[in-house]
Amino acid sequence: MYTQGLDSLGKDCLRDEAEVIGRLEQRFQERVDAEEKIEPKDWMPDAYRRTLIRQISQHAHSEIVGMLPEGNWISRAPSLLRKTILIAKVQDEGGHGAYLYSATETLGVSRDELIGQLLEGKAKYSSIFNYPTPTWADVGAIGWLVDGAAIMNQIPLCRCSFGPYARAMVRICKEESFHQRQGYEIMLRLSRGTPAQKEMAQQALNRWWWPSLMMFGPSDAESKHSAQSMRWKIKRFSNDELRQKFVDHTVPQAEYLGITVPDAELRWDESTQHYRFGAIDWNEFEQVLKGHGPCNRERLEARRRAHDAGRWVREAALAYAAKQAARAESHAA
Amino acid sequence: MTEKSQDWPLYEIFIRARSGLDHKHVGSLHATDAQMAIEHARDLYTRRQEGVSIWAVRSSDIVASDPGDADTLFEPARDKVYRHPTFYDIPEEVKTL
Repeated sequence: MYTQGLDSLGKDCLRDEAEVIGRLEQRFQERVDAEEKIEPKDWMPDAYRRTLIRQISQHAHSEIVGMLPEGNWISRAPSLLRKTILIAKVQDEGGHGAYLYSATETLGVSRDELIGQLLEGKAKYSSIFNYPTPTWADVGAIGWLVDGAAIMNQIPLCRCSFGPYARAMVRICKEESFHQRQGYEIMLRLSRGTPAQKEMAQQALNRWWWPSLMMFGPSDAESKHSAQSMRWKIKRFSNDELRQKFVDHTVPQAEYLGITVPDAELRWDESTQHYRFGAIDWNEFEQVLKGHGPCNRERLEARRRAHDAGRWVREAALAYAAKQAARAESHAA
Repeated sequence: MTEKSQDWPLYEIFIRARSGLDHKHVGSLHATDAQMAIEHARDLYTRRQEGVSIWAVRSSDIVASDPGDADTLFEPARDKVYRHPTFYDIPEEVKTL
């Protein structure tokens, strides 16, 4: 009897707790529905917190790894102006990573931990950065297509329900526009240049077109996180909607360059007022995501090398700060 | 990765966009000391002339109100409409009031 009594007491407690959580979740969803922003110290469901940590840190990693394919071209850019532009762009990407790591940290995870996950190969980042940049035209194509696709994805994130993420995205979107325009201008110069230069632009478009379409993620039917993220207003448009918008914007830009989008099925559909395009090779996407893309290993190795090479700088800075603090203390004493 | 976790302290950064405006919170960053916080803030938050002055404050030194106390803190102001000038009806003929 006695133990039975204890048992039911325990169940009552559990039921009460579940009820409290249920009420908090309902109140949370009402705030989200009313377009109120959620701030770091507000109550939020654990799953919402986990989803944001995963999404924002993956986004931060993508910015950091994204510095690598373009960084390779800084010393080989065709003029001093192009070098300074490219340095500024790569520096922006590093800045975007820093804003996003900060936003993730407001959710109670440390930057060290997140960077550790990246270096150990446990964290994902955008699959697009595992493709190589063999020519100068690839730098143009990345700015035009990859940053263009990123803008398409990121503008709705400026209205994301989580305040720090939304505010970081506002800063980032302002800077991305420069990235896209400088990339298109590189493509424009090449496409108005010699036949060899125009061919270089065409080849770069061939390489980057399909991976850029994959950047929007799996089709709505396949995307496992989409529905919940839409309810939480982390996401505002489906992957397919954003992809369609990107194709509609980009095809006329390619036409202006006089180069051809590598899709035999691409055509304008008068009835829907959209471009129809061919099937995406999701098998390739899966392979790159799993680490079998052309440059996955090279990218992580470059990150690890940079991290290891910078260790003495981090340690020296800490030692210097400790020495200065001790000196200030002894002066005060 | 075997490296002991030694995250540098976190600083909150405030930027004055132009003289005459308030400093406004723009985000946070890690730095070993205050001087490095200012230098990093310059590189991170003013690459496009966004500011003319920077404040850096150790995040751990900021005291914040608890969102759970929002009702008790801010609710009492809600029924004090008489604190606003629009509460008072003044005839139209009366000017400059």
